[in-house]
Amino acid sequence: MRTLVVLAIAIAALFGTIVAGTQFSKATLVPKLALDLEGGTQIILTPVLDTGATVSDTTITEAIRIMRQRVDSSGVSEAQITSQGGRNIVVGIPGKPDQATLDLVRKSAQMRFRAVLGVAAPDAKSTTATPSASATATAKPSAGATPTAKPSAVATPTAAPTTQSTDLPAKPTSASDPAYLTPGLMAVFDGLDCTKPENRRGGGADDPARPLVACDPTGTQKFLLGPVELEGKDLSSADSGLKMGPNGVVTNEWVVNLQFTGAGAKKFGAITTRMKPATPPFNQFGIVLDGLVISAPAVNEPITNGQAEISGGNITRTSAATLANQLSFGALPLTFSVQSEEQISATLGAEQLQRGLLAGLIGLVLVVIYSMLQYRTLGLVTVASLVIAGTITYGLITLLSWTQGYRLSLPGVAGIIVSIGITADSFIVFFERVRDELREGRTLLAAIEQGWERARRTILAADGVNFLAAVVLYFLGVGGVRGFAYTLGLTTIVDLVVVFTFTQPVLRLLARTPFFAEGHKFSGLDPNQLVSAGARYRGRGQVARPALAGAAPQVADDGPRLTIAERRAAAARAQAAADGNDAADAGSASSKGSDN
Amino acid sequence: MAAGFAQWGNDLYSGKRSYNIVGHRNRWFLFSGALVALAVTFLLARGLNSGIEFRGGSQFLVSNVSNTSQQIATDAVIGVERAAVPLVSLVGGNSVRVQAGDLTADQVTAVRSALASGYGVATSDVTSTFIGPSWGADVTQKALRGLVIFLVLVAIVMTLYFRDWRMAVAALVALGHDLILTVGVYAAVGFEVTPAGVIGLLTILGYSIYDTVVVFDKVRENTAGVADQKRHTYAELANLALNQTLVRSINTSVVALLPVAAILFIGSFLLGAGTLRDIALALFVGMIAGTFSSIFIATPLQVALRARERGIAEHTTAVLQRRVAADVAVTASGVPAAITVSAAPLHAGGHLGTAAQPKRKKRRSPGNPKR
Repeated sequence: MRTLVVLAIAIAALFGTIVAGTQFSKATLVPKLALDLEGGTQIILTPVLDTGATVSDTTITEAIRIMRQRVDSSGVSEAQITSQGGRNIVVGIPGKPDQATLDLVRKSAQMRFRAVLGVAAPDAKSTTATPSASATATAKPSAGATPTAKPSAVATPTAAPTTQSTDLPAKPTSASDPAYLTPGLMAVFDGLDCTKPENRRGGGADDPARPLVACDPTGTQKFLLGPVELEGKDLSSADSGLKMGPNGVVTNEWVVNLQFTGAGAKKFGAITTRMKPATPPFNQFGIVLDGLVISAPAVNEPITNGQAEISGGNITRTSAATLANQLSFGALPLTFSVQSEEQISATLGAEQLQRGLLAGLIGLVLVVIYSMLQYRTLGLVTVASLVIAGTITYGLITLLSWTQGYRLSLPGVAGIIVSIGITADSFIVFFERVRDELREGRTLLAAIEQGWERARRTILAADGVNFLAAVVLYFLGVGGVRGFAYTLGLTTIVDLVVVFTFTQPVLRLLARTPFFAEGHKFSGLDPNQLVSAGARYRGRGQVARPALAGAAPQVADDGPRLTIAERRAAAARAQAAADGNDAADAGSASSKGSDN
Repeated sequence: MAAGFAQWGNDLYSGKRSYNIVGHRNRWFLFSGALVALAVTFLLARGLNSGIEFRGGSQFLVSNVSNTSQQIATDAVIGVERAAVPLVSLVGGNSVRVQAGDLTADQVTAVRSALASGYGVATSDVTSTFIGPSWGADVTQKALRGLVIFLVLVAIVMTLYFRDWRMAVAALVALGHDLILTVGVYAAVGFEVTPAGVIGLLTILGYSIYDTVVVFDKVRENTAGVADQKRHTYAELANLALNQTLVRSINTSVVALLPVAAILFIGSFLLGAGTLRDIALALFVGMIAGTFSSIFIATPLQVALRARERGIAEHTTAVLQRRVAADVAVTASGVPAAITVSAAPLHAGGHLGTAAQPKRKKRRSPGNPKR
């Protein structure tokens, strides 16, 4: 009884949360639907390339793979990502994507660590033309190797405006060597105007072997940086969180925590060891993301444990999460620009979905009819349990679509339909075990007790396996597989909750009512229907025997199977027969002991 | 009907009526082997018709349409290629996007003109491009890796739970059987394989193992003390477990199949919800196969494996010898011995625990130990 109250309170709390969510937040009373059922936004991305350059299939496939991982890790929204015409990438996202989602698929997130060689105010020092890169780039014919240094980069409006010089110093001793500061590079540096927004757009296709001049994203400073010393591939993981203060106090500032691989940690240790004694700005290293310096911390002490954090600037909770997500799955091999962004409708028409749901409903009615036929009134318990399970599942899905961005797709709906079978099976296993116990001649209460004990084990084992499947597929799958696994895991847990906190207590309560306890014909637990096969102990020393034709006392005739009681009874009977006393066998418990 | 069914269930439980499934296991192995061979033949001969999501295909964009009905596009594509399952969606306000897999160059031209005439626009308003798979090789690869890890984990978990690796092996064999049959039916029917169908296949995976675990749990329960008695062999007890769970298996599969069957037959054939049919088909076939295999494949196979075990083999021989001896003895006394495996054959009764004992109405207060 108490569990039922707890369950009712829990369900009320679940829906209360959702209703409160609709009032105070952007929750909805119905679960959000995925791309195939609701439609969404179609974004066509075109790689930013130099004229004449081509992109290979493998590059596009790689880009799609990384985009999919990024999208998947941000929720269970089941985006659809395809290539189009061999070079464009089409991303379908349910609903209307926000800026963070767009960044997730579009930004290449090429992260590089470069030593800082110079810092200056953001505006251009001289009045020479801003894109002076073209002027210096032509100084050496080797410019062809670095695409961004080519003059054509200026012609493409979307190309990264950050610049590199190609004249290399004689022999730099380290990446921080001031020898990198060649006149050509200084000219580029002086020419860069970071106050202009078009110079702060970032690009990311810079040559790692050469120095770079770059802006910070807000346009407050510009940097002169040495060659790349650490790359995104040296990272093993990245996550976002609140910055820990000096005394282990959590501050209000969002940071991205980086964890380097073994090799990366070694390199990072070497860099920080080298930089520590240097004078400013040579003791700073710049974290360059897509051609922009997002952070340029000074080294206070060598960091050898392979952990670093990106902080400061304008990092918010969302941007920290987005950046960590981007860094975790590596950089896109290309930079993309959005070619078009349009609303698309569901690929499955609303009509089709309605027909499918109608058919599912007919199936459910059939389930109700069948369980009533099979279990009589007990079938109502099944139906009520299914209704409760459905209610909880609906509530959870709605809740998760609000908090986790979960979206219900067609495979998800299929998973729920199948879960009807698995949920109903728990009840069937339970009822059948109770019936088995009744067949053994137990009273209803004892049968429920014993039957539940056995059924519980089976239900736990079987549901455990299902849950295992859900967990493994969720963590290892991508796209639709994840959505399916999510639904499967959810319904499995709901099944357990309902069977433990609803079906079982309800059956116990019902067992106290005369209708069930006396085994009414329509209760589904009528002992007389269940024990026709053998004798049933009725209590108080009485044995009920089925009214079979020729219900002569079954004298055990298969020698080796006689029990002691049977042997004694047989002996007594033989004795009685010998004595000529026919009344001896009345009331004696001479049932076939091995039959119950 | 239900009363008769209940009576049948009673008889199965008590052992009065029994289907000797384990005893005739070779027959069932042969039967399933033939089915699997048939499925593989279909698979090899006809192959799978994988959808646009796996292979990529053609995409048509019809611009400047006034009537945005999706049905027109579906009809236009199906008019050219019957087996196609076109994905139609509206883009922006006045364009229709149609995706269809695997069209030849001629078919592409035909679809273009069909779309143009269907929507009443110029052929130049219908553009076509090639699109890549949205369910790429990397998705499949990840799903497969997940699958392999899942199967290994399931094998470990089942071995630990049942304390017997043979049950895990038998369950996995049954699972493989179900998956092959389902895929074979796909190949035979020629439905396009979509991601939804693959998800259906994964669902089958969960269902098949679930069903097998339920049956095995009864087998475990019945055979728990097999070595402590000399009446029945392991195989007989396992067979009794099968018979005793038969009613459960039938009820469960009917309840699980009813909604799926409704979607498959009412939904796709009568109402025309075409996109649901592939997942419904996968579920329908797979669930039947799953129920069948847990009874007719998994348990008999598990018994066959256990029968080779030394302890079990010795026990079986001992039981049979004892039975022969008893038979001779009984026959000598003129009464034939009936060998039926009856319900709860091993333990006539169990202790129900202290909870089953009569309760004392009033308890001495716990603070007052007896003086």
